[in-house]
Amino acid sequence: MTQRREITHSELFWGFNQIALSGFGGVMAWARRAIVEEREWLSSEEFTTLFGLCQFMPGPNIVNLSVCIGARFQGASGAVVSLLGLLLAPFVIIIALGALYGRFGELPAIQAMLRGIAAVAAGLILAMGVRMAADLLKRPFLMIFSVAILVAVVFLHWPLVMVMFGLAPFSMWVAARRYCSAP
Amino acid sequence: MNIIVEITLQFGMLSLVAFGGAGAVLPELHRLAVETHHWMNDATFAHLVAISQATPGPNAIIATLIGWHVAGLSGALAATTAMCGPSSLLIYFFMRFWEKIHGTRWRLIIQTGISPLAIGLVLASGCIITRGADASWGGYGLTAATVLIVLNSRWNPLWLIGAGAMLGLAGVI
Repeated sequence: MTQRREITHSELFWGFNQIALSGFGGVMAWARRAIVEEREWLSSEEFTTLFGLCQFMPGPNIVNLSVCIGARFQGASGAVVSLLGLLLAPFVIIIALGALYGRFGELPAIQAMLRGIAAVAAGLILAMGVRMAADLLKRPFLMIFSVAILVAVVFLHWPLVMVMFGLAPFSMWVAARRYCSAP
Repeated sequence: MNIIVEITLQFGMLSLVAFGGAGAVLPELHRLAVETHHWMNDATFAHLVAISQATPGPNAIIATLIGWHVAGLSGALAATTAMCGPSSLLIYFFMRFWEKIHGTRWRLIIQTGISPLAIGLVLASGCIITRGADASWGGYGLTAATVLIVLNSRWNPLWLIGAGAMLGLAGVI
């Protein structure tokens, strides 16, 4: 393992504050640039491993990443400080926007703008899903689970917790049988 | 039930099944906020998602905005804490275990098995937001154009959001 320099609480706080404020719609790409290239907190390899875990575990990916990195350098208090650094500024901004929406949201001009933004927002999310789905081409049998969960939540309106725990064992079983051969 | 307690319980549960990030639980947020609790209608939900997309920071911030809309500052604090707290605690304790099973078959199976579910959920979010947001052919067209542009270019999403606002203002949507 390489020699690791000390990363202080305040570096963690301001680092994640900067990451949060520089990213629209895709904080993760910014996070990699800031953590690996600019600040050199982690090597590229360390980042990829940690990122894999953060993607796989439940919870917002970047929130998970801030907890992991904070904990790695400063333990529990580092995790808390990183998390606060990440969330504080966006929290204030979105409440300000929420208050403006509450006050002016009924105005026809604002409604029209929000309609346009919402249509784009829907497209951004769909595109992210399509990008992620490209990985599944290598494992086509697993697509059935993507379709199943989509139908269950979009058309049948089933509660997510139930659907998730119902489908996960089967999809892991298929993964084990077809795509993760025993050593 | 007290609304703050309700927000905390519901979002806290969601935190632990948010595989694939906050984008993946939008359908469930929609189900809770619009269908189960009637905190808001379809269009308002779509507006809140739009505002959260136009805000810098993690996607999880949509929880903050819903909390704010439903119960003011205490609602926002409760929703944010509940959305980020349980999953953060979980990963804090799971980190060491995950590093320990690095390279094992079990880890591969879990990762491979969870990914199609996460992908399905993100696509489901897209469908539900489209349904809430688009009430005209112009809207569907803008959504489709956004997908194509994002997949085929490296433009900053902020430009697309700005363009969407302008097109909306121009009455195209």
